[in-house]
Amino acid sequence: MTTRAATRLVIRGGRVIDPRAGVDAVLDVLLDAGSGTVESVGGRVPEEGAELLDAAGLLVFPGFIDLHAHLREPGREHAETIASGLKAAAAGGFTAVCAMPNTDPVMDNRAIVEYVVSKSRGVLGTRLYPIGAITRGQLGKELAEFGEMRIAGAVALSDDGKWLADGALLRHAFQHANLFDMPIVQHCEDPTLSGGAPMHEGAVSTRLGLNGQPAIAEAAAVARDLLVAELAGGRLHIAHLSTGRALSLVREAKSRGLAVTCEVTPHHLVLTDEEVARSGFSTNSKMNPPLREREDLEALIAGLEDGTVDAIATDHAPHHEDEKAVEFNVAPFGIVGLETAASLVYDGLVRTGRLSPGRFAALFSAGPAAAFRLGGGRLEPGSPADVTVFDPRALVTVDPARFESLSRNTPFAGRQLVGAPAATIVGGRVVWRRGDA
Amino acid sequence: MPTLQSKDLLGIETLSAEEITLILDTAEAMRSIGQRQIKKVPALRGKMVVNLFFEASTRTRFSFETAEKWLSADSLNFAAKGSSVEKGESLLDTARNLQAMSPDLIVIRHGTPGVPHFLARHLRAGVVNAGDGAHEHPTQALLDALTIRRHFGRIEGLRVAIVGDLAHSRVVRSNIWLLTKMGARVVVCAPPTLLPTRIEAMGVEATTDFDEALIGADVVMMLRMQLERQGSSRFPSAREYFKRYGLTASRLARANPEAVVMHPGPMNRGVEISSDVADSPRSLILEQVSNGVAVRMAVLYLLLTGHGWEGEG
Repeated sequence: MTTRAATRLVIRGGRVIDPRAGVDAVLDVLLDAGSGTVESVGGRVPEEGAELLDAAGLLVFPGFIDLHAHLREPGREHAETIASGLKAAAAGGFTAVCAMPNTDPVMDNRAIVEYVVSKSRGVLGTRLYPIGAITRGQLGKELAEFGEMRIAGAVALSDDGKWLADGALLRHAFQHANLFDMPIVQHCEDPTLSGGAPMHEGAVSTRLGLNGQPAIAEAAAVARDLLVAELAGGRLHIAHLSTGRALSLVREAKSRGLAVTCEVTPHHLVLTDEEVARSGFSTNSKMNPPLREREDLEALIAGLEDGTVDAIATDHAPHHEDEKAVEFNVAPFGIVGLETAASLVYDGLVRTGRLSPGRFAALFSAGPAAAFRLGGGRLEPGSPADVTVFDPRALVTVDPARFESLSRNTPFAGRQLVGAPAATIVGGRVVWRRGDA
Repeated sequence: MPTLQSKDLLGIETLSAEEITLILDTAEAMRSIGQRQIKKVPALRGKMVVNLFFEASTRTRFSFETAEKWLSADSLNFAAKGSSVEKGESLLDTARNLQAMSPDLIVIRHGTPGVPHFLARHLRAGVVNAGDGAHEHPTQALLDALTIRRHFGRIEGLRVAIVGDLAHSRVVRSNIWLLTKMGARVVVCAPPTLLPTRIEAMGVEATTDFDEALIGADVVMMLRMQLERQGSSRFPSAREYFKRYGLTASRLARANPEAVVMHPGPMNRGVEISSDVADSPRSLILEQVSNGVAVRMAVLYLLLTGHGWEGEG
């Protein structure tokens, strides 16, 4: 039996930033692990009978939510498991992650969603929200059973890396998903334009002699999807938006009141296609969408601040070292991101004054929560007791050998970053704490 | 004693003008070896070179092998097909297996850009890029430069037109780096479907008009048009190509009166170049081939000894 003392947690004296509640002040946060909710946010709370977490000098955010992660289980447990992925998420300050359905077998039915959810229940830590496939086997032919997957806990639908190209099927997917209040998440890439090329098309791809995907391969798909979403009256969420052109289309659609949201990855905010050359063709600079150009990066940063971008999502894509130690054009796309995301964005954008702490908080919490209509994303009495405590002065060096993730495929090894998660709290319990904090 | 900065020759992009000059000067000295009765010097005796060709090649492979033999290196040829994925062996394992044989130098040709760079990172042996996809082919650019320098006595100030399938050409990229570093002015020309995005960023002029590209040219370098691309979305037919981008004697008249013609081979006569031009006295095509051996001897020698050539002493 646990006593009341063990179930309450006071986060003492941190700078609480909750953009949805309009709060930015040094306050105490009292959490109740019994009910899993926030009890109060306000002036000094006496710590009697409660565990104390001294947050002086630290930032206290609503728990970070990642809308886009690949946890690889079932099917590729050598690269990641649900347990290792959720540990990595906690170590990255995330209190919840959404798991993509490109598992093996594909998460396109209730049984697999239930399996994934049950696996996550065995882990005391970050919450997992499954994303079901739109079509059976992600083959783009027949709709999967959205309602059944919803019952098992799926929160959104996506064929992940495969853009649903069939316009009529997409229209029906939007309509059917509305029955269950689920957004359709699209990886926007017209394959007839991109040709599946391993990098972005531009001066760098020309110099390196690699095939490139033109930026408009993304924008063309975004434009088509926005039109279909409008026709169907559906909720569209655009995964890992990477180009200025596509961002302009989303901005325009939002101004017309369309139910569209979008996410951007940290790597598209801090790296450009020059990384492929700089790294000497490292396959850790290969991801899809590919790293773009400086002007795209600048446009995305502007989109973060003006609200066009709703969320920063990792697109955490673990691959075993062996799978990446091959030729650039045959290497799988993707990098791990859960354990570097918050630090990269804080160091690269907040510390340099390009992104306000309030928007930083919103992009990692309230924004993603609203996009998928999840609990969390705020710190008010009665809301889930999910909190990310962040140390804005921590100096960290990215060391893949110390990742909780089973995979090490990051282009950021050795990078020194200022700002890092200090503690991750889910349902009122500390599930991760920085060792040296 | 001047020498090269790196244990590898991965591309021209990272070479300095001084290093390029060193290689060309060394190659110049090496040329004499091929003109002797006994074409062999003991300069690289006891050194082992692996020629690792993942893509078909006759001219480049023979050229390297000849250079290795004339310098008395031991060489081993390894021909493989396809990617590491098809073979079921990762590139890293390939590299480790090679390293276990303690070679001194690896000469590699591969269809994917960056493979030589990957090997260079994982091997103690030096790596020479003998062509990586459409990226670089440094020894080709060096032999072209030697050919130009021998003919004109200089590279600086010349105007060089490079014409053909630029999109799939490693030769053009290495030549652009080399020629611009050495002070030549380069204009590149291709059909719009084969002109890479923003190639001007490499410091060249770009045009789709062959006649315009030829104006004022001292060197006309024709690239191979790969016939297997015929009928693709980039290239309807050889006939249509030749009419706009084939080098004929009448077209060559638009270039400087002293202009020379080059081609890295193998040529498609009647596609990118007419026979009367290819076989004319203005063609340096066969000279390029002989210079290829000298340049490769120079590269092998400089990388394997770490110092310049002092003759046989």
